[in-house]
Amino acid sequence: MDEGWRARMDRMGSVPILEIRKLKVKKGAVTILNVPSFQIEEGEILSLIGPNGSGKTTLLQTLFFLLNPFQGEVFFRGKKVGLDYPVLDYRRKLALVFQEPLLFDTSVFNNVASGLKIRGIKREEIERRVEENLKRFGIEHLRDRFSKTLSGGEAQRVSLARAFAIQPDLLLLDEPFASLDPPTRESLIEDFASILQQTRTTVILATHDRLEALRLSHRLAVIKDGEILQTGPPEEVVNRPIDEWVASFVGTETILKGRVIRKEGGTFLVSVEGHEIEVVGEAMLGERVILCIRPETVTLSISTAKETTSARNLFIGRIEGIQPMGFYQKVQLYCGFPLVAYVTRPSMENLSLKVGKEVWASFKATSIHVIRQKEREKPIE
Amino acid sequence: MDLILEGTKKAFWLLFSFDPEVLNILLLSLRVSATATLISLLIGITGGVAIALYRFRGRAVVVSLINTGMGLPPVVVGLFVTIFLWRNGPLGFLGILYTPMAIIIAQAVIATPIVMGITLAAIQHLPEKLRLQILALGATRTQMVWILIKEAKLPLLAAVMAGFGGVISEVGASMMVGGNIKGYTRVLTTATVMETSRGNFDMAIALGIILLLFAYFINLILTQIQQREGLR
Repeated sequence: MDEGWRARMDRMGSVPILEIRKLKVKKGAVTILNVPSFQIEEGEILSLIGPNGSGKTTLLQTLFFLLNPFQGEVFFRGKKVGLDYPVLDYRRKLALVFQEPLLFDTSVFNNVASGLKIRGIKREEIERRVEENLKRFGIEHLRDRFSKTLSGGEAQRVSLARAFAIQPDLLLLDEPFASLDPPTRESLIEDFASILQQTRTTVILATHDRLEALRLSHRLAVIKDGEILQTGPPEEVVNRPIDEWVASFVGTETILKGRVIRKEGGTFLVSVEGHEIEVVGEAMLGERVILCIRPETVTLSISTAKETTSARNLFIGRIEGIQPMGFYQKVQLYCGFPLVAYVTRPSMENLSLKVGKEVWASFKATSIHVIRQKEREKPIE
Repeated sequence: MDLILEGTKKAFWLLFSFDPEVLNILLLSLRVSATATLISLLIGITGGVAIALYRFRGRAVVVSLINTGMGLPPVVVGLFVTIFLWRNGPLGFLGILYTPMAIIIAQAVIATPIVMGITLAAIQHLPEKLRLQILALGATRTQMVWILIKEAKLPLLAAVMAGFGGVISEVGASMMVGGNIKGYTRVLTTATVMETSRGNFDMAIALGIILLLFAYFINLILTQIQQREGLR
């Protein structure tokens, strides 16, 4: 969303706002979180994405020193928390918003003021900051209402306003939009995105919703079973997932296994269930590879003429299923191998697609992401 | 039924004529039971919060003891407090048996487990994550405990009512450790017992009604606070 932060970071060339080294959390004998190294830069918005139970909450709560004990070190602006930097002072630089609003049984004003009162901030300053954040989240009219009387969306706005009132150096959000109904969620995410742009707050957002993550963040970190599998800018993670699991989690609908059977210049041919798919990239002859084809890069047509498309990969397939996907329809094909395409509603009508119909599917050799077998092996520590 | 009617008439007459003896008994009852409740609130809330927040060995045993203690028979409490305060007892040197102080101690022993049990349940009933949220807001441990108590204020108000209600209406312990000494340790309940045994039913009914009225008004006030808070 905001492309400027990288440039600002480069100019500043400073220490990361938060750095984790060799973090391990155990529950009994089981390691539930294992993060050898991880950092977040000032002004960065990072989304921690992973399914439920992958360790997102554990990571956020550990970062907050709410889960004790754990192994490893946390550095805040280069200072080791708990050693050079007292835990309480560190906590007071951060804010945490949960999935549930967790409001106190008092007025909206007092709720938003609570973090400031805890810090012993002067009345006038509290007053000013609370008003500012009530306005920011569009809830000035709720100022004197009691928290019990609020709707879910209103309550979550109060919870966010309470966190922003603290003016945290680093804001941690644990699925803050997950329990809201879609329209409420939409409007809150929209407001939240623009607030983040104004305040330039550094954020770690834990979410299982990749669309939410893509929309808000500069960088993604994919977490599974307590380990961070891949981090990088959203386009990179989405288009070049590191393994099959990440590929499928970020919405790669078609994941095919095959073997390289021929090489010609910068391209090679992969045999997938007896069909040849052309791919641009590097691979060795005979190597086993995984091909990721994103549904939005697949074009469907009813014409058979090969010259109508520049794509070399053209297959005829039978429509096995059609499902609505918001603005798109998800079309599942079988071309000797499964293939998924997203099609807009007008195209659906033009092509009069329905289950059982045969269509031509094409995708470019350049739009296929290749996962090579050796890349998938983890380095031995 | 004349008895009840006469008694009721006498009760109001005694009350509104500010009969000095009745007034003394009433004030002592209120003073003793209020002090005992206050002591039980201090110990009970502190203990209840601590047990709710900390995990330690034998916690389950402690919790069941508290829950049993919520129904301590006043007579048993009276017996043990008497033994402790007896001239040769462990605390006999204090010389406070048959004083209002002894009644306060006995009543505090009765009310403390009630307050502690309700506090424990109230704090445990708050969402687990609320505690994390309070710490995440930058609270120290003390601030966190204070905020949790404020969050549990409605059930804690119930603890006040239950504690006070329990001790103002209790007779066994007050009789045993106070001795029902006229003008000194005679409280509403002990006076009622005595008047009944003497056959002074009108006076007994009068005292009974006064006791009921006061228990009712105090609970009415607390209930109104509680309900108003609850509706906000």
